[in-house]
Amino acid sequence: MKFIPKLLCICGALFSLSSHAALDIVITEGVDSARKVAVVPFKWLGTGPRPESITNVIASDLRFSGRFSPTAVFSMPQSPSTAQEIDYSAWLPTQIEAIVVGTIKPYTQGRYIVGFELIDVLRAQMTGGQAQMLNGGQLVVSNDHILDSRETVITAQEFRQYGHRISDIVYEKLTGDRGAFRTKIAYVLVDRSNPKYKYRLMIADFDGHNETEILRSKEPLMSPSWSPDGTKLAYASFENKRQQIFVQDIYTQRREKVSSYKGINSAPKWSPDGQSLALVLSKDGNPDVYTLHLATKRLVRITKNRAIDTEPSWSADGKYLLFTSERGGKPQIYQVNLQSRRITRVTFEGEMNLGGSYIPKNDQIVVVNRTRGKYHIAKQALKSGSMQVLTKTRLDESPSVAPNGSMVIYGTTHRGKQVLGLVSIDGRFKARLPVSEGEVKAPAWSPFIF
Amino acid sequence: MRLNKVAKSLVVAIPMFALAACGSTSTADADSQQTNQVADNNDTVVTAPVVKELTPAEKQRLVLQELRKEHIIYFDFDTANVSSTFASLLDSHAEYLRNNAGANVLVEGHADERGTPEYNIALGERRAKAVERYLEGLGVNASQIETVSYGEEKPLDNSGTESGFSQNRRAVLVY
Repeated sequence: MKFIPKLLCICGALFSLSSHAALDIVITEGVDSARKVAVVPFKWLGTGPRPESITNVIASDLRFSGRFSPTAVFSMPQSPSTAQEIDYSAWLPTQIEAIVVGTIKPYTQGRYIVGFELIDVLRAQMTGGQAQMLNGGQLVVSNDHILDSRETVITAQEFRQYGHRISDIVYEKLTGDRGAFRTKIAYVLVDRSNPKYKYRLMIADFDGHNETEILRSKEPLMSPSWSPDGTKLAYASFENKRQQIFVQDIYTQRREKVSSYKGINSAPKWSPDGQSLALVLSKDGNPDVYTLHLATKRLVRITKNRAIDTEPSWSADGKYLLFTSERGGKPQIYQVNLQSRRITRVTFEGEMNLGGSYIPKNDQIVVVNRTRGKYHIAKQALKSGSMQVLTKTRLDESPSVAPNGSMVIYGTTHRGKQVLGLVSIDGRFKARLPVSEGEVKAPAWSPFIF
Repeated sequence: MRLNKVAKSLVVAIPMFALAACGSTSTADADSQQTNQVADNNDTVVTAPVVKELTPAEKQRLVLQELRKEHIIYFDFDTANVSSTFASLLDSHAEYLRNNAGANVLVEGHADERGTPEYNIALGERRAKAVERYLEGLGVNASQIETVSYGEEKPLDNSGTESGFSQNRRAVLVY
């Protein structure tokens, strides 16, 4: 009897080891008004079993952006693999505006040629795919309904990554904005049942695949922040039984302790020029925002207030910081001009607003809003002050915006467990990234890596 | 015979009570009770225990053992006010620290899971510092007290319920 629980523990451990990626996306809310597109399963032109599906990656990427609604394979009127094979009249009633078709051919051992075409269905329906243009005094078929077409040799391991690459091309062609599907996320995995290393710092593709551990610790890890070149992470660690800030190169594993003042050393955020960290120290009495120049170690105090000031976050031009302050009684978001040091209050709606960050390119910010005791992710226009709550989940925290501003990843609670949630910036598409072992928190979206 | 058993258990129990109490109260009452109990016994011979005089180090260890059982101060939501409920608890810790100048205490500040992790680090520090100031107000030397904030990173109760949250909003005195 006595050894049965032990045996179960071992089985449990084996099971969790064998289970693949800890993140596995569950879609909680779709979009009704997103643009309809079709990603037709690419035609396999080889013999033997077909390689991993590339089209599933493209369709789910486009769905996550909240701007597209990929059609289910069974609702497609035909399965073309090239633009020539498309019968546009058959696609007319589907209201699909763009189609991705492609082929996969075996190349040398373990390598494949993947070709794809992105077709503007509306344009093709207008011209019948026969639009002509003048070229050297001759009228030729312009094929202007084909928005992009490429052929590339990839290895079996590169299927997911190349799928994200195609998603980036499709997204940019159809929206005019850069896609963020080849970005990564960093997050903290907490496994309270682990007798030794309860806390792990992880990185993964933005959709949770290719999860990799970069640090494990017996003591809490917090607040990962990416360097703008995507090669380093700054984070807070309690490994020495007090809070300190470290910088770690994710490729060379080189670590450096950069802040270890008396009191808290919290909330590091890398500046857009990569030279400094904004951080929070309480060495002078209570938590205030500072900047630390990494090469010279020069420390500059940005806020000086008797209340809590924390959670600094840089504007894209590096001229402003958003931060959370209690100076008005309850925590709200403020903005400081780093040159003039002028501080203005930004949020007024709800009982509290915390964890603010700018949405790239936009005059908007994302915050954690508390209204009637509920914590949700919200966005607010900086100038007009109008706020829109984006999530419906429980105890939402730590929002991090994709570098193209299209999506927000955040920490939330589902069935008593901390998990990551994903929401499109318009709030219309929502997904949950549950974990099989432990709890996931403190997500940080990487900058553009490619 | 039954009376004998009771008497024997008292002989064992009373010195234990005396040991536990010697840190704060006089043991004179317990001693006299013990003498009376043994005299009432019908046996021909009875041995009587002598309470061993404890060394200062042993006394300190025993007091510390008691203090470790009562070492958590709980807080209301988003506040760092030390409630009067914990006055006697903090009194006994302050007394111990005053009497043992070489002893040091680490005050850990914690928060519940609501709000953001970084804000909760600040809130946890405020709670730890509130306890630190309280102890200093009772005459404890500032150099004996260290503080650390773990924010929401080390919850006592993971249930995510109101009662769980109230367990997690705490300061812990660690020796």
